[in-house]
Amino acid sequence: MIHKIIIPLFHEEVAPRFDLASEVLVILLSKGNVIEEKKTIVLPRPSADELCHLLLSENVNTLICGAIEEEYYQFLKWKKINIYDSIAGNWALALEHWQKNVLKCKDILLTKMAEGKYV
Amino acid sequence: MKNPVDFVHLINEIPLGILILDTDRRVILLNRAFEILSGFSHSTAYGVQCHNILRSAACISNCPVLSIQDDNRPVSCKTDMINLDRQRLPIRMTTAALIDNNNQITGFIETVEDIRLSQHIEKIKSSAYSFANIVGRSPQMEKIFQTLPVLSQSDASILITGETGTGKDLVAEAIHQTSGREAGPFIKINCGALPETLLESEIFGHQKGAFTGAIENKPGRFKLAHNGTIFLTEIGDLPLSLQVKLLTFLDDKIIYPLGSTAGFRANVRIIAATHRNLEQMVERGLFRKDLLFRLNVARIHLPPLREREGDIRLLIDHFFNSYTQQLDKKINGFSKDSLMILLNYRYDGNIRELKNIIEYAVNISNNSTIEINHLPAYLLEAPLSHSTGPDLIYTSTGTQNSHLNQENFLHNTKKSSGEPETWSLVQRQIIMDALKKTNGKKNEAAKILGWGRSTLWRKIKQFKIDS
Repeated sequence: MIHKIIIPLFHEEVAPRFDLASEVLVILLSKGNVIEEKKTIVLPRPSADELCHLLLSENVNTLICGAIEEEYYQFLKWKKINIYDSIAGNWALALEHWQKNVLKCKDILLTKMAEGKYV
Repeated sequence: MKNPVDFVHLINEIPLGILILDTDRRVILLNRAFEILSGFSHSTAYGVQCHNILRSAACISNCPVLSIQDDNRPVSCKTDMINLDRQRLPIRMTTAALIDNNNQITGFIETVEDIRLSQHIEKIKSSAYSFANIVGRSPQMEKIFQTLPVLSQSDASILITGETGTGKDLVAEAIHQTSGREAGPFIKINCGALPETLLESEIFGHQKGAFTGAIENKPGRFKLAHNGTIFLTEIGDLPLSLQVKLLTFLDDKIIYPLGSTAGFRANVRIIAATHRNLEQMVERGLFRKDLLFRLNVARIHLPPLREREGDIRLLIDHFFNSYTQQLDKKINGFSKDSLMILLNYRYDGNIRELKNIIEYAVNISNNSTIEINHLPAYLLEAPLSHSTGPDLIYTSTGTQNSHLNQENFLHNTKKSSGEPETWSLVQRQIIMDALKKTNGKKNEAAKILGWGRSTLWRKIKQFKIDS
């Protein structure tokens, strides 16, 4: 069974804000979570409404994103999309965690450093 | 204080969200107010880049930390953030660099203020017939009220024109207060108030030793207005030499203080105002055409009070209420005659003049109403406004017909003589006409004029008609 994931991007990271993301990564996974296809869509402008429309038109199963407003969160949930929100960190790491079934909402997948030292 | 203060405890007591960042924009410390606002605890946020914690729109579009790294000046902006409860909160964010003793940046401090409440109050404040402190309900003013919020949200230069006393300063301040630069300074420069030599140093600043007497560096108003708005009033009086310098600033946004080669990039919005006709000044070579074009990105023309239909009555009531409250006077209102005079006066000094008249009348009056003798004497001698229009009928409803009668008399009188009359002369003529019409019967004349018999009698005495 094909599984479709969308991750709004900010450079190489999951976009901190769903409504302000100007590009999204669409990933198609086949049985066994093998990546079949990966494409980046550049949006004409950052917009939560247009992003929701894209998620529905692309028949996305899972959304991995940063901060998302309650209104859009509830709407997408109602549309039977699994949402992992408030994720911070590299998109590849987030995907890896999802594949391993360990990804949780509010996960911070970043190397923590303060004043040049790992913490 | 003898002992050092516990810094963490100190910032926790401040009711404003505070984030302390290192030079890589990673969170070092956040206070309790920020934890409540964002939902992130200190342990979760520690060592994470701030845009993943603050999650504000400014972080994505124009990181304030990056913008202050060049000149170490605090940056303040209105933006929004989404917290862990998925709520979008309007915030005011101020970012400043933390500098050590060697003048090196050691980190940054960000304060985050939740402005939901103030936005709510603003909505209540911006009630009908007004924008900020500007009052009016005439079609001309309604048009301006619709334009102002749009203009205030942009960063475009604005040119405000209008006669003296029409409220140019008020409009400029209202634009600043409702713009994203609200937290920044609002600096006003009167270009006509200072001599040319002082004006340059005042506006652009000077370097120590630039001229005799320049014993220290002076920042100049443009530098002081950084992140805010600069209001150049009486721009028409700006000397030509400074017009060139202003033009250069409008082009590249860099100011060069007098005697300095190092420029300063000032993030300033310019609002200019004048009561002069700049187009005519351009034709006469007194004002630079290119400067006019640059300032004239958006123009707001404030109409004179005599052209603002219905606003005279509204403003009379507005100032009357405000001064009776201020002076704690128990005055119910205006007598019919005094109101008539106020509504028909020409107001060459516009709202400022009206305001002064009302202040004077409220101060002078000891009765429950403001009578003619409480108004400044020059009002009774001044020529009447020729733009009577709808203002004439903005009197109390019960006396509308009688005032319309008076209006007919007024028009008849005006038609009969081509020269400007004083109010006293017009009143005398009205009474004479009414008495002629009623064959000298005072009761009937009083009815036509809409006055009581005693008022008519008093006025006959006053104008010496009986003699």
